[in-house]
Amino acid sequence: MSGGVEIAVVVAEIEQAARNVKRFRFAAKDGGSLPHFAAGSHVVVLMRDGERTIRNAYSLIDRAEDGSSYRIGVLRTPNSRGGSKFMHERVSVGDELRITMPVNLFPLFHPGRKHLLIAGGIGVTPIYAMADELQRRGALYEIHYAVRDEAHGAFIDEMRARHGDRLKLYRRDLEEILAVDQILPGQPLGTHLYVCGPEGMIEAVLEGGLEAGWPKEHLHAERFQTPPTGEPFALRLAKAGLTCEVRGDQSMLEALEEAGFDPPSLCRGGACGQCAVDVLEADGELIHNDHYLSAAERASGEKIMLCVSRLKGRELVLDL
Amino acid sequence: MTVHFKQETFRDDYTYSNSPEAIRRFPFPFDKDEYMYSVNIEQHMPGPAKSPFEFPIDIDEHYVSEMRDRAITLAQDPKRCQSLPHMITAEWDLVELLMESMAKHYPELFTLTQDGDRWRWINRPLDIDQTFTFGDASTLPYPPMEYITRQCQGDFALLDQRLDNLWMDAGMITSQADWSLDFDIGMNFLEWHAPVPLAKDMAIFERALKFLLNLQQGRPVRRLNWTMTINPRLDTSPENYDKWGADRATVTPENVGRKVHLRVELQAMWRLPRSNAIVFSIRGYLINMDELVTVPKWARRFHRVLRELRPELAEYKGLTRYRQTTIDWLAKHDDGAPTSPGFQPD
Ligand SMILES: Cc1cc2nc3c(=O)[nH]c(=O)nc-3n(C[C@H](O)[C@H](O)[C@H](O)COP(=O)(O)OP(=O)(O)OC[C@H]3O[C@@H](n4cnc5c(N)ncnc54)[C@H](O)[C@@H]3O)c2cc1C
Ligand code: HEM
Ligand code: FES
Repeated sequence: MSGGVEIAVVVAEIEQAARNVKRFRFAAKDGGSLPHFAAGSHVVVLMRDGERTIRNAYSLIDRAEDGSSYRIGVLRTPNSRGGSKFMHERVSVGDELRITMPVNLFPLFHPGRKHLLIAGGIGVTPIYAMADELQRRGALYEIHYAVRDEAHGAFIDEMRARHGDRLKLYRRDLEEILAVDQILPGQPLGTHLYVCGPEGMIEAVLEGGLEAGWPKEHLHAERFQTPPTGEPFALRLAKAGLTCEVRGDQSMLEALEEAGFDPPSLCRGGACGQCAVDVLEADGELIHNDHYLSAAERASGEKIMLCVSRLKGRELVLDL
Repeated sequence: MTVHFKQETFRDDYTYSNSPEAIRRFPFPFDKDEYMYSVNIEQHMPGPAKSPFEFPIDIDEHYVSEMRDRAITLAQDPKRCQSLPHMITAEWDLVELLMESMAKHYPELFTLTQDGDRWRWINRPLDIDQTFTFGDASTLPYPPMEYITRQCQGDFALLDQRLDNLWMDAGMITSQADWSLDFDIGMNFLEWHAPVPLAKDMAIFERALKFLLNLQQGRPVRRLNWTMTINPRLDTSPENYDKWGADRATVTPENVGRKVHLRVELQAMWRLPRSNAIVFSIRGYLINMDELVTVPKWARRFHRVLRELRPELAEYKGLTRYRQTTIDWLAKHDDGAPTSPGFQPD
């Protein structure tokens, strides 16, 4: 399968970690150990929902000391088309799922002098792993974690126990605001910043960093992007001679997979670049939702990312 | 599988040679009668039995002597092995990859016993029996990368991945085709490839880099590269150019068969788990012209490849001084008959 090597896992534990967040512990089905991973990695979880397979990326929180299990955290998304809802409602302890090998699109910049980790809400999952790794390596780091209220208890308690006062918490219900202009001043030269959370927060932190004169190479972000919905359109593959319909609530990648086609993909979130294809004709406007193509590549109209982008119009012809 | 290790040298009296079995398994790199750069990357899948692709890490009859030559080079120039401090996790990843692969595929030669972090490594050909704590460098006689690469054929570079690029931040490079780790360390993929002619215009490096940035754990890839070397010398480094550069002027029609070697690099790339780094192994194979022409298809084909090679490539690979002499010598072994597609002997 295009996502690479897959691993069969069994759900060993489910925990309500916050109001809308469940934490899952996956153990290798064969009882063996799961691969090591570097902090910032995610896996794609494959969920069999009747006829269809839902594939969502989830960041790895940690790997058990003995290698027997991984943990992920899943936010229940309002109006979910399936994935997070499936994880919350349909998955129970003992169930079997498949995951892909870990992939890392949000790596630590190890030569950095110091590391500022900034998380909002569910964005804590990769940040949790990064904090553990920095601690293991004896690096300098701070964690800034914004939550709605104390209902995010499970992550807070564990991180407090591991990282003590390197963790700074911001509770919205207490009107504590995570403001980037208060975090950045006074950080040593060569500090790297990593942010994961809601889109608005990521933008604000990155902008704040640039305004404060930080080089953009020192600012790192991961967006938990989901394929946005839109209008249906027709998709034609010139080489394969295949035509299919992309429904409004479907990505092109999903529609092609449903049609039995298996284009390369990895993150399914517009970040890795694996699913880029050449556009031959577009009867309509290309809606780019990825974080991979450069502005010039977008403007050229020659490439599109199957996993998150779409057409606003009638028909798109791809060089596939 | 039993391997008989040859006692031979890669310097001074140059006693290196290939057995008939080693010639037959030589990774001849040309699948047609011409050569040009390309993004020639394929999955590093197990290949035919006895071929250099059978196992992820190939140990052959030259193992013991190659390791001895590496030790001599390192004693003279410790900078052939370098690692920036943040690469320590990748070093341990490499220890795991090499020990597990070598022990799994050559159980008569190597044994690895793992009890949690307590590991025992037995290397029979080099007479080593080492118990150590995985992750604790103080329990090994050398830093982890140096320890294991003193016991594994091939050069190794460890590439850190950041800012959508790969950075050469560690390596064990003692048998290189005229490039220097000490010069390249800390450089990124596009910087260290800058001296390569023509490839930039073909966008080869951008495409290869994008591919490698997405390289996944458990899905290693490989490619073949080649050059030529006068005398079976492993250490053709810029650092020691004075010791081998002049050899290029010593090729005569009488000694081509013995002196001129085709040097093939089997390059494999793995994503490493804990560090997210990539390891790039450069496993070199040397064959002289006398040995090469024992396979008629290879003789015909190499003659044609060398004759048609673009001058920019010949210049970059350092062949210019002896290229024509070698072509003339090979011509006697090329009757003009067609060659079959693919690498294999007919
Ligand atoms: C690298 C990476 C790492 C990730 N890590 C995590 C993680 O650790 N934890 C985590 O919880 N998530 C993570 N995600 C996000 C995750 O992959 C899923 O996208 C998320 O769980 C939502 O999936 P879903 O199938 O429930 O939502 P989808 O069905 O894909 O819906 C997503 C959004 O689309 C909107 N929508 C859906 N249908 C409609 C409609 N008909 N009309 C209008 N709007 C609609 C909804 O508002 C919803 O918010 C990550 C994503 C990436 C790319
Ligand atoms: C990430 C791992 C890699 C490393 C560490 C690496 C390293 C090097 C180095 C050090 C050189 C010599 C440059 C010099 O003259 O100083 C070189 C040459 C070259 N590399 Fe790479 N390389 C890597 C991957 C690749 C890949 C994937 C390709 C695929 C196209 C490639 C193609 C080439 C070519 C064509 C040359 C010229 C070789 C010749 O003509 O002899 N390299 N490489
Ligand atoms: S699959 Fe990663 S960008 Fe589309």
